[in-house]
Amino acid sequence: MAAAAELSLLEKSLGLSKGNKYSAQGERQTPVLQTNNGPSLTGLTTIAAHLVKQANKEYLLGSTAEEKAIVQQWLEYRVTQIDGHSSKNDIHTLLKDLNSYLEDKVYLTGYNFTLADILLYYGLHRFIVSIIVTGFFSVVFRMIFKTLS
Amino acid sequence: MRLFVSEGAPGCLPVLAAAGRARGRAELLITCNPSTLGGRDCVVPFLTRPKVPVLQLDSGNYLFSTSAICRYFFLLSGWEQDDLTNQWLEWEATELQPALSAALYYLVVQGKKGEDVLGSVRRALTYIDHSLSRQNCPFLAGETESLADIVLWGALYPLLQDPAYLPEELSALHSWFQTLSTQEPCQRAAETVLKQQGVLALRPYLQKQPQPSSPEGRAVTNEPEEEELATLSEEEIAMAVTAWENGLESLPPLRPQQNPVLPVTGERNVLITSALPYVNNVPHLGNIIGCVLSADVFARYSRLRQWNTLYLCGTDEYGTATETKAMEEGLTPQEICDKYHIIHADIYRWFNISFDTFGRTTTPQQTKITQDIFQRLLTRGFVLQDTVEQLRCERCARFLADRFVEGVCPFCGYEEARGDQCDKCGKLINAVELKKPQCKVCRSCPVVQSTHHLFLDLPKLEKRLEEWLGRTLPGSDWTPNARFITRSWLRDGLKPRCITRDLKWGTPVPLEGFEDKVFYVWFDATIGYLSITANYTDQWERWWKNPEQVDLYQFMAKDNVPFHGIVFPCSALGAEDNYTLVSHLIATEYLNYEDGKFSKSRGVGVFGDMAQDTGIPADIWRFYLLYIRPEGQDSAFSWTDLLLKNNSELLNNLGNFINRAGMFVSKFFGGYVPEMVLTPDDQRLLAHVTLELQRYHQLLEKVRIRDALRSILTISRHGNQYIQVNEPWKRIKGSEADRQRAGTVTGLAVNIAALLSVMLQPYMPTVSATIQAQLQLPPPACSILLTNFLCTLPAGHQIGTVSPLFQKLENDQIESLRQRFGGGQAKTSPKPAVIETVTTAGPQQIQALMDEVTKQGNIVRELKAQKADKNQVAAEVAKLLDLKKQLAVAEGKPPEAPKGKKKK
Repeated sequence: MAAAAELSLLEKSLGLSKGNKYSAQGERQTPVLQTNNGPSLTGLTTIAAHLVKQANKEYLLGSTAEEKAIVQQWLEYRVTQIDGHSSKNDIHTLLKDLNSYLEDKVYLTGYNFTLADILLYYGLHRFIVSIIVTGFFSVVFRMIFKTLS
Repeated sequence: MRLFVSEGAPGCLPVLAAAGRARGRAELLITCNPSTLGGRDCVVPFLTRPKVPVLQLDSGNYLFSTSAICRYFFLLSGWEQDDLTNQWLEWEATELQPALSAALYYLVVQGKKGEDVLGSVRRALTYIDHSLSRQNCPFLAGETESLADIVLWGALYPLLQDPAYLPEELSALHSWFQTLSTQEPCQRAAETVLKQQGVLALRPYLQKQPQPSSPEGRAVTNEPEEEELATLSEEEIAMAVTAWENGLESLPPLRPQQNPVLPVTGERNVLITSALPYVNNVPHLGNIIGCVLSADVFARYSRLRQWNTLYLCGTDEYGTATETKAMEEGLTPQEICDKYHIIHADIYRWFNISFDTFGRTTTPQQTKITQDIFQRLLTRGFVLQDTVEQLRCERCARFLADRFVEGVCPFCGYEEARGDQCDKCGKLINAVELKKPQCKVCRSCPVVQSTHHLFLDLPKLEKRLEEWLGRTLPGSDWTPNARFITRSWLRDGLKPRCITRDLKWGTPVPLEGFEDKVFYVWFDATIGYLSITANYTDQWERWWKNPEQVDLYQFMAKDNVPFHGIVFPCSALGAEDNYTLVSHLIATEYLNYEDGKFSKSRGVGVFGDMAQDTGIPADIWRFYLLYIRPEGQDSAFSWTDLLLKNNSELLNNLGNFINRAGMFVSKFFGGYVPEMVLTPDDQRLLAHVTLELQRYHQLLEKVRIRDALRSILTISRHGNQYIQVNEPWKRIKGSEADRQRAGTVTGLAVNIAALLSVMLQPYMPTVSATIQAQLQLPPPACSILLTNFLCTLPAGHQIGTVSPLFQKLENDQIESLRQRFGGGQAKTSPKPAVIETVTTAGPQQIQALMDEVTKQGNIVRELKAQKADKNQVAAEVAKLLDLKKQLAVAEGKPPEAPKGKKKK
């Protein structure tokens, strides 16, 4: 999913009515948002966090210092690890790690649903087919369904 | 909370700077308590790849992202997140880090310099500079320094602290960087992490990291990768099948072994030399892979190709160092040489080095040949005489070699400067400039006297050398470093080289007035190859004065290139006696030990004689050294890697395949190779194996020893896959057709094993012989390797008893070896150290926590009583456990070990 489409989807789920236009920049096609009242913003997670604030849903960025740091950590994970790797081996390792991390958790921060869950879900979307085929990443699965509902 | 750091991990810089900076505001008590974690590299339980720094929070959660840790420290101190900071951090993670890790890897691990390093980060640096100057702010996200500055500064510091990598023209970046670098928390972090060693402090960490991918393509490694199978044409497949079917009959007769080996007209005559190891040092693994072992692989390969091969080596015995050693041990130089020559010979025998002759340089032949070459040079006017000022000790009645003088350094005043270099300021010293010089032997004061020396007139020979190189280099297999070193010597212009020394232990100079002098080792050491051959056969000139028929391969480490590529060829060309000159100069880079250098004096590293006591067989040493052969770039010996490669490549890949193939023949077919009916898939496999075999030949013909080893492992991987897919152990129980299929698969597999045994022979001769004995491979097939894959074990062939080839290496075993050989470096091995960051907990906080535990306990009990949803109960239980843990920490008790089921 192109970053612009992903951000539009996020806008909808956040209940933001006015759709933004995004441009893409560089080899990695990094999304850029031109805001009315300030400089442009570059980068998927940066823009996503900005949209969350716009929708007055700051709790999606975490409520304690710890949660906030964890949310940002997984957002970074999304753009560096999940987007960065495409070999089968890497993906396998990545899913295994996530599965092991989520074993005793409901969401990435523990018990609260956050932006990290949304963007990881979007990011993992393209691997879902292979998850169903291999069939044993149950917890990632669970996370995906929770996110969907 | 606990912060896990590791020696040389670049991420520690921003994290420590952020911690230091936030401390003032957040009332955090940071105590540094660097205790080791007993080799636990992997701190975060759910991450497959080890990651440091890591912050373990009191809740049990982990922050494993450097930026997230820094962010957390800032958040604790009351800072609020903003878009601009987020943007910088996202840019840092996605754009800067990849470029920067590549640059650091080139600089620190590969030793590249200048634009090779800067090239990959220049764009990112320019971007920061432009942003700073455009927004006209001193800091990245505004008027004050903030999270983004610390994270970016920390990432850039290792590189930019060297002014060479902070381009002048980026002035905004320049002043931003300087401002931050002078701040106290940053300074302290820099000192802690870089320890005033500059960027090299990152070496222990970076060396262990995989090479970052870069647009310029990947480095040469032997790591298995996703092998893309080449597409094969019908012709290739058909040819492979024909060759296979011809089988043993296509093998030529075995060359009869000659003694001595002499060149044969009309044959390929390969003369192989390995640099002569200096006698008074026990060779370490780096010396062994650098010359004798590399040359051995090529010699064995050359014999497998039925080329007429002579491989020779010997000990280099003359020189100052031997005299010194003799003095130390109270023996004569000759006795020292006799003693150490045997030590060398024993080591190489243990490593299974297949010399045709292993000689020494202290022989009458050496004197005869050296003096002959000298006389020829002298009469042809290529020897100069000159006067040199030198220190002479009257009491010892001799001129002092540099290393026999000590005194006060003329530059820094250090009292114990050596005659060639000051240990304190590192400057090179001319021995006569030393203040208060002392003879190291008798401690009396030497005097400056002028003395005559002989010089080889290299400038006069330069033109001949260039002509010869012009003829030799194109199309030859000189390694790139050998070409480079030779070219750079020529570019700088050759200078006359002194070829005499004031010593007794050397080849005498046959000239009046030079009775007290001998030839300098680098003039006559390379002549050692000739004299060693002369001691092996009186027909030595058929090898050494026969450039038309002999192909000379010389193996060495790169420091030896000037003597073999410049000096000896000049002597030989000047002597005008039709000498055989090097056709292929094969030079390796250096092998390091773990994170540093091998050092006899510090007892660091594995030396030839010790390898035998490790319990690890010689073939495993050979395999690993060849697998990491410093071919094209420096490499490092690592115990952990040795264990890994033994257990993965040898045990699980190669050993597993060969053993299974043999076992299937024994178990399912009574020890007789079954009938094979090849399907199109089998034929395709044949062609793939053939292709890989041809690759192996191409690589070894170019002496790319390490790369060729990879072909062996690739074939074995194909083999494993083939067995795995076809499951002969299941089919053998099935229908007639299934049983026939099991037979074909087993037969083809065992033939691949036979092929591998031959390909493996240059690398692991003992293992190769063991496989061949187990498979009862017919003798000609053991000693000849063609470019095609033949069926050497036809249906009906009876094999012998099959048993496992390799043993697993255990962690404990390797760890204890590491301790034993680590020397001083074991202490600095980069195990993660822990820095405890403890929040001060007063009695009130403890009371508050106790209350919360009680409260949470009630919630859990209620839920359980109501038989509530399982997930909900689990969540509340987890909260309770967290609280209990926090309480334990606050009370200073060790947290209880988690009870209950173990996670898988």
